Amino acid sequence: MSTAPARVKTLKIDDRDVSGREEETILDVARQNRINIPTLCHVPGLSPVGSCRLCLVEIKGSPKLFPACVTLVREGMEVVTKSERLASYRKMILELLFSDGNHICAVCVSNGNCELQSLAQNLGIDSIRFPYRFPKLTVDASHQRFVVDHNRCILCARCVRVCGEVEGAHTWDLMGRGTSMRIISDMNEAWGDSETCTSCGKCVQLCPTGALVEKGKSVAEMSKKKGFLPYIVSMREGRR
Amino acid sequence: MWTEFGSTTPPSSDTRWRIVGAAMRKHGYRPNALIETLHTVQETFGYLDEQALRFVAGALRVPLSQVYGVATFYHFFNLKPQGRHTCVICTGTACYIKGVPAILTAIEETYGIKPGETTSDGNISLVSARCLGSCGLAPAAVMDGDVVGKLTPLETVNRMRRWTK
Amino acid sequence: MTPEELTNTITTERETQEKFKHHVCVCVAAGCLSSQSDKVKAALEDEIKRQGREHECQIKGVGCMGLCAAGPLVSVEETGTLYQEVKPEDAAEVVASLEGQPVARIKGPSEAPFFTRQVKIVLENCGKIDPNRIEDYLLSGGYQSLTKVLTEMTPAQIIEEVYKSGLRGRGGAGYPTGLKWSTVAKAPGSPKYVICNADEGDPGAFMDRSVLESDPHRVLEGMAIAAYAVGASQGYVYVRAEYPLAIERLQNAIKQARRLRFLGIDICGTTFNFNIDVRLGAGAFVCGEETALIASVEGRRGNPKPRPPYPAEAGLWGCPTLINNVETFANIAPIAGRGGNWYASIGTEKSKGTKVFALAGRVANTDLIEVPMGMTLREIVFDIGGGIPDGKRLKAVQTGGPSGGCIPEQFLDMPVDYESLNKLGSIMGSGGMIVMDETSCMVDVAKYFMEFCMSESCGKCVPCRVGTAQMYDLLHKITEGKAGLEDLEMLEDLCDLVRNTSLCGLGQSAPNPVLSTLRYFRDEYMEHIVNKTCPAGICKIKVPTEVTA
Ligand SMILES: Cc1cc2nc3c(=O)[nH]c(=O)nc-3n(C[C@H](O)[C@H](O)[C@H](O)COP(=O)(O)O)c2cc1C
Ligand code: SF4
Ligand code: FES
Ligand code: FES
Repeated sequence: MSTAPARVKTLKIDDRDVSGREEETILDVARQNRINIPTLCHVPGLSPVGSCRLCLVEIKGSPKLFPACVTLVREGMEVVTKSERLASYRKMILELLFSDGNHICAVCVSNGNCELQSLAQNLGIDSIRFPYRFPKLTVDASHQRFVVDHNRCILCARCVRVCGEVEGAHTWDLMGRGTSMRIISDMNEAWGDSETCTSCGKCVQLCPTGALVEKGKSVAEMSKKKGFLPYIVSMREGRR
Repeated sequence: MWTEFGSTTPPSSDTRWRIVGAAMRKHGYRPNALIETLHTVQETFGYLDEQALRFVAGALRVPLSQVYGVATFYHFFNLKPQGRHTCVICTGTACYIKGVPAILTAIEETYGIKPGETTSDGNISLVSARCLGSCGLAPAAVMDGDVVGKLTPLETVNRMRRWTK
Repeated sequence: MTPEELTNTITTERETQEKFKHHVCVCVAAGCLSSQSDKVKAALEDEIKRQGREHECQIKGVGCMGLCAAGPLVSVEETGTLYQEVKPEDAAEVVASLEGQPVARIKGPSEAPFFTRQVKIVLENCGKIDPNRIEDYLLSGGYQSLTKVLTEMTPAQIIEEVYKSGLRGRGGAGYPTGLKWSTVAKAPGSPKYVICNADEGDPGAFMDRSVLESDPHRVLEGMAIAAYAVGASQGYVYVRAEYPLAIERLQNAIKQARRLRFLGIDICGTTFNFNIDVRLGAGAFVCGEETALIASVEGRRGNPKPRPPYPAEAGLWGCPTLINNVETFANIAPIAGRGGNWYASIGTEKSKGTKVFALAGRVANTDLIEVPMGMTLREIVFDIGGGIPDGKRLKAVQTGGPSGGCIPEQFLDMPVDYESLNKLGSIMGSGGMIVMDETSCMVDVAKYFMEFCMSESCGKCVPCRVGTAQMYDLLHKITEGKAGLEDLEMLEDLCDLVRNTSLCGLGQSAPNPVLSTLRYFRDEYMEHIVNKTCPAGICKIKVPTEVTA
């Protein structure tokens, strides 16, 4: 790369002319321009995984869909973030998530503070079309300060990533695969017995649902503080 | 446990740990040798118990949850001891088309075990595999290490009877 | 080994082998081993000793001859006689008849269309050479392509030959191999890696297994040529742990190749260095997907990653990585030896060369075959495969495994190539070809594959993890006779969702078996849903007593 490459790309998102640096994703640039793309697994500051598929967008000229959170901007690309097709897919994906757990908001401590719930509201979901699969999962309250309710876990792996990448403890990981996948602490032990957990609570704050919560909260009391992550990340990078 | 972490000294005096240690040494105790090491443990001890997983985690400096996550992702790894005899029934497409469901039913009726289970006396483990690569001989199975093909429900059960004498 | 040393070794080996008047080959690949071909081999050896003919008869253990279902197979090199279902007791007769007439009782069909219609490139050595002896491979022309490439060609020239050959990836997607090579060659960064994908996850396919068990050096040679072409110095073969014999032969072959300096440092007397290590899979179909495979080689859970970046730019340890299938690599030495134009003269316009298929299911000859691209399914199933046994009728041919589809009888005259199969809603896949007759229920088949995809889904992305489970539940409901038409509609919507929104190829192709059976066998679905019957009698539908049928 001897000739200086054009580092800034110009593109269109929903017919608006925008520009972004070449290492930025469609999602980055959309957010800078206040264009809303729904996301669930993505958290700025954690490595992107592209697993929830809610941020899928269309790019003109391609029949495929692209996850905005990991697709880099390219010169001249024309991105469509809202269409009937996308809306229907996003709805179905959320419905699948609801069908695969036990998400009864009315009894949840995170009611009103849940990203899954608010996404469903924004996308206009009022009933779940798919039959509930009703897996009967455990609730682990062995930790002094926190509780994990696997029935409300959507396996976005935010806790796994923040614990490994930011706190550095790597207490959490995923075990099994497919429908039997679960988050685990250490060797699939009770959280309270974990030798590696520092009880920092980062996982709890980043969990989008009521799967990881603080103890002693009653319905709708659990609100989460996510601001710490951009702070830590920017301090580490020595910027701002 | 903290003092042990990173230690390459085996958890017990069982000499079989030497084989595991040698496998890790061959890979320079690099974290990426995790799957290779788990293969060696399973080959040596027959399954992966908690003690082994903790030892491997420490020696290769891989987080405990990651070791457990890897061991449970791959269906080839057993976290429980297996029976004295193992019958691996192929449930690949060719074998399915040629009548494996009936074989599994026959085994369940005779021994009361489904794939993934072991008889209560610890004698026979029934395992299912996705294609043994012997599709030309479908339905195929591996019985205590020997590939047998063109099986019928009756023949399968008869072969297993030899283990229960 | 320098070219001169190579010539000398070959001459010595030829002289040793020519001392024998008779060469009797016994198949010792997994298929025949399972019918005790090792005992047959031992019996033949004993017999020769007993008759005092050790000096004129050589008994050779060789790889797969293709007709696995008729094993143990024994062939006599000089006369081309093939014996099938040989028992140890037959040894005396076989040895005695080496000079005279073959033993009619166990003689196989060596002139049948099964043999005459095949064109062998990948399998040319299989069943002829001893996979445990590098000398045998050398004698059949082995490692000469590598020597030629290293001493006479530039990396750009060999890439050009592969490009010209029109070879496309045999692992499923059919991506042009030459193009992939040149992308990796041009990718900035070092070191670079070459990976051979021997995960062979398609249940019902055993091409790669046979190649590794019968001719492992062929794959190593292809990898070494690829490494030279793209500038890699380390390679890995990722092979399923379910293939112990293939692993053993591969490791043995690597050792031999290192000893003779076809691997290691200063290969063929040049300054080129390349090493190969074996990495074992552990029972996860998704690890055949290239990004998951890389994660697995790195010792992690086999979760795929979004592409781009493609492995060609950022693969193993973030370095440029070339991943090809076993059969793709097995085609390289002949292409390098005989030239890209020669290879391109075989096959169809867009699908060049030959393809190995594992023919299985309800067909007379359940075997491994290699045919030129463009042969019709009818020729494969009826001429080579010998048709459907027991006077049954063919219903469908399934290709591409859990990512493919079922092709009904009316399309049997379509040529088998990448484009035609796609048009029919299936894929070439890795080469599994399962023949089904009227005893198979297509809804049950779709359910079988969906169960496969559900339990092999890595679980990372939502549409595949939950979508395949929902689809499986719906198919189960249909096979139980409990579904209504609204369930069929939901199934089709899920197919559309999972195909278009899943992260990796597993999810994206998981709906294919459902879509293709819906396309060609919708009436069978309707029978289950509306009339609550299973035409093939596979699904056990319990009709509630209060409803009169
Ligand atoms: C779910 C899934 C499973 C796959 N399994 C295999 C496999 O078992 N063997 C293989 O060679 N390729 C497999 N592939 C294709 C590989 O990802 C890759 O395309 C191939 O190895 C490239 O080699 P080729 O260009 O020589 O075909 C699989 C792909 C997917 C999506
Ligand atoms: S499509 Fe399936 S296998 Fe592929 S990443 Fe998603 S969940 Fe995993
Ligand atoms: S936010 Fe992009 S896939 Fe989840
Ligand atoms: S399908 Fe059973 S061995 Fe391949």
